[in-house]
Amino acid sequence: MKLKGAQILLKMLEEEGVDTIFGYPGGAVLDIYDALMDSNIRHILPRHEQGGIHAADAYARATGKVGVCLVTSGPGATNTVTGIATAYMDSIPVVILTGQVPTPLIGNDAFQEVDIVGITRPCTKHNYLVKDVRCLAAKIKEAFHIARSGRPGPVLLDLPKDMINSTATYNPLGDVRMKSYNPTYKPNIRQVKKVAELIEKAKMPVIFSGGGVNLSLGHEALTTLARKTRIPVTGSLMGLGAFPGTDPLWLGMLGMHGTYRANMAISECDLMIAVGVRFDDRVTGKTDEFAPNAKIIQIDIDPTSIQKNVPVSVPVVGDCRITLELLNDLLEQMDRGKIAAKHEAWLTRIEKWKKSTPLVYDQKETIKPQFVVEKLYELTGGNAIITTEVGQNQMWAAQYYHFNRPGQFISSGGLGTMGFGLPAAIGAQAGFPDKTVIDIAGDGSIQMNIQELATAVQYNLPVKVAILNNGFLGMVRQWQELFYDRRYSSTHFSHSPDFVRLAEAYGAVGLRANKPEEVEAVIEKALATDKPVVMDFIVEPEESVYPMVPAGAPINKMLLV
Amino acid sequence: MEVQKQLLSILVDNEPGVLSRITGLFSGRGYNIESLSVAETTDPKVSRVTMVTSGSPPILEQIQKQLNKLINVIKVIDLTGQEYVKREMALIKVNAKPDHKAEILRITDIFRGQVLDVSQEHFMIMVTGDTSKINAILNLLKPFGIREIAKTGCIALSRG
Repeated sequence: MKLKGAQILLKMLEEEGVDTIFGYPGGAVLDIYDALMDSNIRHILPRHEQGGIHAADAYARATGKVGVCLVTSGPGATNTVTGIATAYMDSIPVVILTGQVPTPLIGNDAFQEVDIVGITRPCTKHNYLVKDVRCLAAKIKEAFHIARSGRPGPVLLDLPKDMINSTATYNPLGDVRMKSYNPTYKPNIRQVKKVAELIEKAKMPVIFSGGGVNLSLGHEALTTLARKTRIPVTGSLMGLGAFPGTDPLWLGMLGMHGTYRANMAISECDLMIAVGVRFDDRVTGKTDEFAPNAKIIQIDIDPTSIQKNVPVSVPVVGDCRITLELLNDLLEQMDRGKIAAKHEAWLTRIEKWKKSTPLVYDQKETIKPQFVVEKLYELTGGNAIITTEVGQNQMWAAQYYHFNRPGQFISSGGLGTMGFGLPAAIGAQAGFPDKTVIDIAGDGSIQMNIQELATAVQYNLPVKVAILNNGFLGMVRQWQELFYDRRYSSTHFSHSPDFVRLAEAYGAVGLRANKPEEVEAVIEKALATDKPVVMDFIVEPEESVYPMVPAGAPINKMLLV
Repeated sequence: MEVQKQLLSILVDNEPGVLSRITGLFSGRGYNIESLSVAETTDPKVSRVTMVTSGSPPILEQIQKQLNKLINVIKVIDLTGQEYVKREMALIKVNAKPDHKAEILRITDIFRGQVLDVSQEHFMIMVTGDTSKINAILNLLKPFGIREIAKTGCIALSRG
């Protein structure tokens, strides 16, 4: 069957199970957009390509499927770069399709030409310039395979206009086989046995779970491991949701804004079982003094993650879920009751830390941002999908909302991309039209992609935006307060829009709470509204996130309030 | 930690952009490339990159892992510590005044070099060997006045 490149592309997308794409048309992709008119794939038009890529990324995070973003050449392509880097840092499977000028013009500085393959080489898992339509189907298949397998990540396909317009015979393809790419899913069983032996010996073990557990859907195996052996669990920001946030064994998040008990437990433990983490500097603080008494086990599908930042006693290369299941099988043959019993003294010690130094805030006359997040948790029954912007709003969301499943907490962890939350909420809502999706935002970040309110309204995606409005770029202000002698250089907004009226102008609903007693009513009203809602919470301007580990300090040296 | 050298032989897809993926990895992560040489193998789909890198042992370990992670890298062979043969080649254009010619030819002969080009005023000499041999002949030729020099990176294969 002879087909045009554009038709082959859409056929392949359908074959890969794509039902939704986020894209923005332009000259170089006119033919793809024309073919889209005859396709069953749902297309969501954001108001900026950055909104499109973040939405595709969050769609992937929420559903576990590969997100797809389609943009034109030149500025269309460059506008996705921040989003591609965001997905890359958090290992999110996204396929980005960029239009390109016709092949004879490549290299001529043609209109809307940019070397997007060159630009995105360091922030994609892989990328392709497809010049020959006869290779198109195979490259698309390869791109999806690479994006979703192993340690997932974004893959970009650059598609010149003349290639998309030429025809080729389309034949269905078999499975992808690549001699240079073969991720290790099944771990070396001898290494897993060593892990089981160390667990048997440990008196003060901690599980440290990360994004890899969520990505591999290893949450059930992780929960079994922790509960059967009574080992407490902490997590990185990306690891939230992999273990129930309501379980007594849950220590809360670790690191710069981790809980006191999590940071103390890591600093005192004799065994750390690190699963699907990469020991980011926001987690470890000063690496020389990170978990000084612990043997460290590191399980990860990506060999480069192992021993990159922290020396490890037992490295295990493998898929987190498969490895944890194997480990559970091994432990089942041992005396798990006896192992669990050994940890009671340790758990009692942790409980004391929890009681002596919990997460606290003091709710007085002005609304505290933490109070808003707690109320959101309560009133959604802990069931909402939460997206965040970046900064204080993100940390309070991580501290005060408790997550119970992978894909429930959607946040730009590695790159820390402001402007992520609203398009992410749109992407998550597109994947789950019936779930409550809330973007916990700050008044700074929300303005970086606020144009996407129009997208939410157009597609009837009833996302809820909770702006913790403190009139500051709060996290930077906090650093200036603590480390720069309160010299608030360029962190104060002396002017902001009226977010309620702005929401209404976009056709969404705008609500505001000025006082603590109004918070609940605003949230209830928002949750009962079947439209996009912006909630403007006027919060304490100079509230800070605590605990806080100053950059480069060991994580047991926390500033507490 | 002590900085060590590492000799890597890397088989890669012979495709546009592959070399820039490799060099981009090194510049992006702050790794060192001391020398680099690339050419097609007998299989036109595959190229061999021979590279000398340096760094502390954990960095050298990361370099190998990161290279392996590149989709276009088929195999990374660490020749360091193995039995291998390695060669570099230098083309040296050296001043050759009439009364120096005999001496220069004698030095070339000792190093088993070859004269590739001659004029009234100069010789172009080709010499192969390891870095120290090439440095040795360069030192001996320096007094005559070296006009230009071109050196390849190191190429290597394991023995046996």
